[in-house]
Amino acid sequence: MQHPPLPNSAPFFFLKPLQILFFSLFFLSGCGGADLPEEKQFSADPIPVTGDRFITGSIAEPKNLIPILASDGASATIVGQVFNGLVKYDANIELTGDLAERWEVSEDGLEITFHLRKNVRWHDGYPFTSEDVLFTYQKLIDPKVPTPYSGDFERVKDVEIVDSHTVKVTYKEPFSPGLASWGMAVMPKHLLENEDLTNTPFSRNPIGTGPYRFKEWKTAQYVELEVNPDYFEGRPYIDGYLDRVIPDQSTLFLELRVEGVDSLNLTPLQYQRQTGSPFFKETYQRFRYPSFSYAYIGYNLADPRFKDLRVRKALTMGLNRQAIIDGILFGLGRESTGPFVPTSWAYNPKVSPLPYDPDEAKRLLAEAGWEDHDGDGWLDKEGERFEFTLITNQGNEQRKMIAELAQRQWEKLGIRVKIWIIEWTAFISQFIDQKKFEAFILGWGLGRDPDLYDIWHSSKTRAGEFNFIQYHNEAVDQLIEEGRRTFDQEKRKAIYHRLHWMIYEDQPCTFLYVPDALPIFHARFKGIELAPLGVGHNFIKWYVPKHQQKYLTQ
Amino acid sequence: MKRYLLKQLLARIPLLIGITLISFMVIHLAPGKPTQLQTEMNPKVSYEAIQRLEKLYGLDQPLYVQYWRWLSRLVRFDFGISFQDNRLVLDKIVERIPITLFLSFLSLIIVFLVALPIGVISAVRHNSLLDKTLTVLVFIGFAAPGFWVALLLMQLFSVKLGWLPVSGIRSFGTEHFSLMEQVVDVGKHVVLPVFVATSGSLAGISRYMRGSMLNVIRQDYIRTARAKGLPEGLVIYKHALRNALLPIVTILGLSLPGLLGGAVISETIFGIPGLGRLFFEGVMARDYPLVMGGLVMGAVLTLLGNLLADVAYGLVDPRIRILGEERPAG
Repeated sequence: MQHPPLPNSAPFFFLKPLQILFFSLFFLSGCGGADLPEEKQFSADPIPVTGDRFITGSIAEPKNLIPILASDGASATIVGQVFNGLVKYDANIELTGDLAERWEVSEDGLEITFHLRKNVRWHDGYPFTSEDVLFTYQKLIDPKVPTPYSGDFERVKDVEIVDSHTVKVTYKEPFSPGLASWGMAVMPKHLLENEDLTNTPFSRNPIGTGPYRFKEWKTAQYVELEVNPDYFEGRPYIDGYLDRVIPDQSTLFLELRVEGVDSLNLTPLQYQRQTGSPFFKETYQRFRYPSFSYAYIGYNLADPRFKDLRVRKALTMGLNRQAIIDGILFGLGRESTGPFVPTSWAYNPKVSPLPYDPDEAKRLLAEAGWEDHDGDGWLDKEGERFEFTLITNQGNEQRKMIAELAQRQWEKLGIRVKIWIIEWTAFISQFIDQKKFEAFILGWGLGRDPDLYDIWHSSKTRAGEFNFIQYHNEAVDQLIEEGRRTFDQEKRKAIYHRLHWMIYEDQPCTFLYVPDALPIFHARFKGIELAPLGVGHNFIKWYVPKHQQKYLTQ
Repeated sequence: MKRYLLKQLLARIPLLIGITLISFMVIHLAPGKPTQLQTEMNPKVSYEAIQRLEKLYGLDQPLYVQYWRWLSRLVRFDFGISFQDNRLVLDKIVERIPITLFLSFLSLIIVFLVALPIGVISAVRHNSLLDKTLTVLVFIGFAAPGFWVALLLMQLFSVKLGWLPVSGIRSFGTEHFSLMEQVVDVGKHVVLPVFVATSGSLAGISRYMRGSMLNVIRQDYIRTARAKGLPEGLVIYKHALRNALLPIVTILGLSLPGLLGGAVISETIFGIPGLGRLFFEGVMARDYPLVMGGLVMGAVLTLLGNLLADVAYGLVDPRIRILGEERPAG
């Protein structure tokens, strides 16, 4: 969900997968089927050269560049360029080593041993060792450090230094999502051990191990990075990276138009209607692939009306989801069939969306006792009219349009829907967290690990937790727990495929769509590779042919 | 005079505390907590982690305790630490003052330079075609939404003509340019924002000037001056204008807090790192210390502005004398 007045449009194609987790979350303004990039012939320039600068723009300014405190998208983008975790997701969304060369998981799933890369140095020249990993872990679980990321690490029993480049992590119980959590960026012990993390210049002057070194941060203007020539995976070709803070969407687009920024995440409208001119075709290359997020209409499952599966099913079947995708996303998305997105290995392709069938919907409602007994045009049951309020947050045009569309289509079933648009903070704290809602429209951005515990497990219903629809299914709970205990990929896959099916059968909410991510890049950048993970994964291999280089950086 | 000022200043302290108390209550009444926004509905943020954040920020304490803590820090000029990035609130405010002041002073000067003559002309040529044209023009400037005008201007001057940059306050990497080039660069960046800020404020000042001038022109002493046979120019610009300017002095004093308030919309559209944006973003993020810092600054400037207007009025208008100064002792 996107905080409306300051929409978070950090260029999420650069977030490392683990950081993407939730930042792009609610970025529902773009998205649809995987497509090849614009039919653009890359001029044959086979030998990549160094030089030039990549300029991107974000609506919000980064807040804090200490990895474990960086909770906003803009900060996470920068952190992703400056730091590394022990593991990362590769182009095909599979875990691979980053600062760790390899790792072993013990038979019982309780111990993970990471073998770290040797000869990695921090940007200040100091060698990277196991001490840094232990230090980062200690800070993550330190109650005095206001990190939002402690959750996964509280399941760790112990982190032990085996030798200077080997670390052994012991869990209290087997916890498979734990492996991916070590994608958390590692912080330098030698610079931070005597610092108070809540008050250190490091938060605006970070030193990491990543492909780019921090150079300068001009408040509310830009953050500048420069290439790390000694990067352990090889020197990136592009010399500079500049993240400009441009707080307005329209301005950002005009900056793209005058080539003041080299990239942007387009909205579906911009993709379909505003970037097709010869100028854009020549100057830019567009990409399109399914994002790691989905939009849905959630129901309050504690409400007796929505407790009835037939009612929820009817609401879904009475809603033309393809029409929403065509009308609101300009076709740049696909129907969502559950808690996973098509690019994830957890996605079960056999689950197909419920058809749009208003007649069947009416039949289901009648079966559940909802019929127009008094002849006033609205359904009623035991003298009560079927009427509810659909709420969503202010500042998201797409959700507003979904609400209007749903209102019209459900009206045809005889259900009266009121729409209420509420300012983001009030929306979350007064309505969602308090569970004072009947139905609402929101979206989820997903992590690459398919663990469903936080959103779908029945224990996660306290105020501020994320199962606010109050979904409860014993069998699903058990499977979710089993999925967290299982390391074997094939077994996990089977579990999540089953979960996907079970949850869709339950229709705890109306899954709407998986929007497409629609990034656009300046055409002078070559070597951009579209993979299941997106386009930012091989950024260090991007380059600009000498004659097209625009900025002098050295 | 000194005693008067001192007394006035002291009298304003309880007022200031009252303002902060009410502000503190009101911003805490707004739904939502800073911790919620910081964690942006991230499912990986555990319930315990949020509790921990609230504790660290002191948000688990009753409101009066929070206020007392805040107030006792304030008297030591400690505005606290921003929830958003853990930086000192004072640093965050101070670093944005120069650009905000620069832009608002520039706009203020231009507004007065343009609006005063418009007001005078409108009054002197009361109800003429010129008066009506000017009135319509300044009202168009007043009524047209700033962001819309800004976008149109950007489309024309930046995209179509390519004369001016779209956003920002200076081009990247111009630090090593010669002074002259830097001035030109900044100048190009501020043309549109200053124009937008100015065009919206012309109406107010020029109408004030017009009204005040009309009022004066009808006075007996103006008729006397004319009857004496003084040239019209002298009557208008010496006798009438000087008196008509008096109320404008008050407005000038009252515009003091506005100078540091910044302009949220214009700063956002043009990507200018000013105070307006800082406070706006602070409010949206429920960054209580930052918002309170901004409110205290605003309150202090408003109180000072009022005092300044009073004093300035006494200085320019001989009819008004500050009590206890000119009065004979006893």
